Amino acid sequence: MDLGSLYQDVILEHNRSPRNWGELAPPSQRADGRNPMCGDEVTVWLTIDNDRVAEVSFVGTGCAISKASASMMTQAVKGKTRAEAEQVFAQFHAMVTGRHANPADDPVLGKLKVFSGVARFPARVKCASLAWHAMKEALDAQP
Amino acid sequence: MPLVYLDNAATSQKPQVVIDALARYYSAENGNIHRGVHYLSEKATELYDLTREAARRFFNARHAHEMIFTRGATEGINLVAASFGQAFISAGDEIIASTMEHHSNIVPWQLLCERTGAVLKVIPVTDAGELDMDGYRSLLSERTKLVSVVHVSNALGTINPVAEIVRLAHEVGAAVMLDGAQSAPHTAVDLQALDCDFFVCSGHKMLGPTGASILYGKESWLERMPPYMGGGDMIEHVTFERSTWAPLPAKFEAGTPSIGDVVAFRHAIEYLEQVGVESIAAHEHALLEYAVEQVREIPGLTLVGTAAHKAGVLSFVMDCAHPHDIGTNLDSLGVAIRAGHHCAQPLMRRFGVPSTARASFYLYNTRDEVDALVKAIHRVRSVFA
Repeated sequence: MDLGSLYQDVILEHNRSPRNWGELAPPSQRADGRNPMCGDEVTVWLTIDNDRVAEVSFVGTGCAISKASASMMTQAVKGKTRAEAEQVFAQFHAMVTGRHANPADDPVLGKLKVFSGVARFPARVKCASLAWHAMKEALDAQP
Repeated sequence: MPLVYLDNAATSQKPQVVIDALARYYSAENGNIHRGVHYLSEKATELYDLTREAARRFFNARHAHEMIFTRGATEGINLVAASFGQAFISAGDEIIASTMEHHSNIVPWQLLCERTGAVLKVIPVTDAGELDMDGYRSLLSERTKLVSVVHVSNALGTINPVAEIVRLAHEVGAAVMLDGAQSAPHTAVDLQALDCDFFVCSGHKMLGPTGASILYGKESWLERMPPYMGGGDMIEHVTFERSTWAPLPAKFEAGTPSIGDVVAFRHAIEYLEQVGVESIAAHEHALLEYAVEQVREIPGLTLVGTAAHKAGVLSFVMDCAHPHDIGTNLDSLGVAIRAGHHCAQPLMRRFGVPSTARASFYLYNTRDEVDALVKAIHRVRSVFA
């Protein structure tokens, strides 16, 4: 199977130099994500200011897909309201699970479209969505 | 693109004789065992017990009725944990396992300890991936009731000194269970010579179908252990006041088993006997040495598990790519390996990695396939480094 659709250059680049890497000092909200299938772990921190994601960061061990997805997740939700962040996740999740009718024309997804190839690799869906699940949980966590 | 199948530690491919035996069974031999007086029931019963005798011969057990059919090695270990545990384990007793166990040889003992108040002790593993035998000796005491260790590690390939482990355990009066899921397909196992008390194998890792495996137990233990599951076939006499159990092996085989899988399993055993397990071990060892020689040259690649005695398992990590990415990239080139924690998370923690990439060989693999593996690993470097 052609791997070009999975390992796009943008993904490889984020894997080498992940953005927003590191912990956020308290008071911040955090949540852990764990993939029992492969042992991958991610922790997401964020702060909410006036219902918007003010700061967001992550640390984790994982494959290129999970690390790049975490990195781009932080870029995608920063500055968004809680509802907007959850909507991006919903669209992203629909895309990587192959349930999104037309990800190419979805303005909500933006740069995240580079992950559309994941839908053809069912074993990698969890890698791509791990940090997103942690982000969603962190939104609801207590600082 | 030809398939290079190097995930044999997960499951082996099946020879045509095994596939044919399955088809033949369901086409012409299918009946329930130990039931009817009709031809098919008698035929199925006869074929079912032929496999038991083949397994006895293959593992050199004393009695065929010491070979209990299970779905898999996991079920065998759980059977012993439940049944041996009920009869012989109580609060304060100690059970010994090792850091390199598969989760299936950890969790059943944890559950047993929770139920009984027994304590689970763990043999440490050295940097090379060998059992720390001094550590093992220091754990043994008159409190030790059972030692359950892996014969060949699925994640590292280490061949453990099981005869010595059994001898030392017996000196303190403890029983020994060996997890032979990775040894039975690849090395000769002589149960009487090993003198272990229990042994499990995994039929589908030794050319057989899924659903048919063996739990071996010494007659003297099995006779004194209570049934694991109750149901049809395992009874002698049932009343609402009291039931009595069938003799071995039926006592531990409640309900209709995977008859077709058991019947076909004999053909896998006979296939292994014809090729010769010793020649299989030699072939795999040659492949492993050839592979190790080549991957050692790859910059940024580290082997995990470098024991002196190893079966055909090549576990490694790369500094440029996560095992998952290695696995997906190799798959795109037709090379099937396992990427993950190999159901051995404590062992992964011991080596400070979340997971490894693992190539595992079997009798049908070739040097050309090792070349394909090495070439594919180089491709991973060119993508990620």
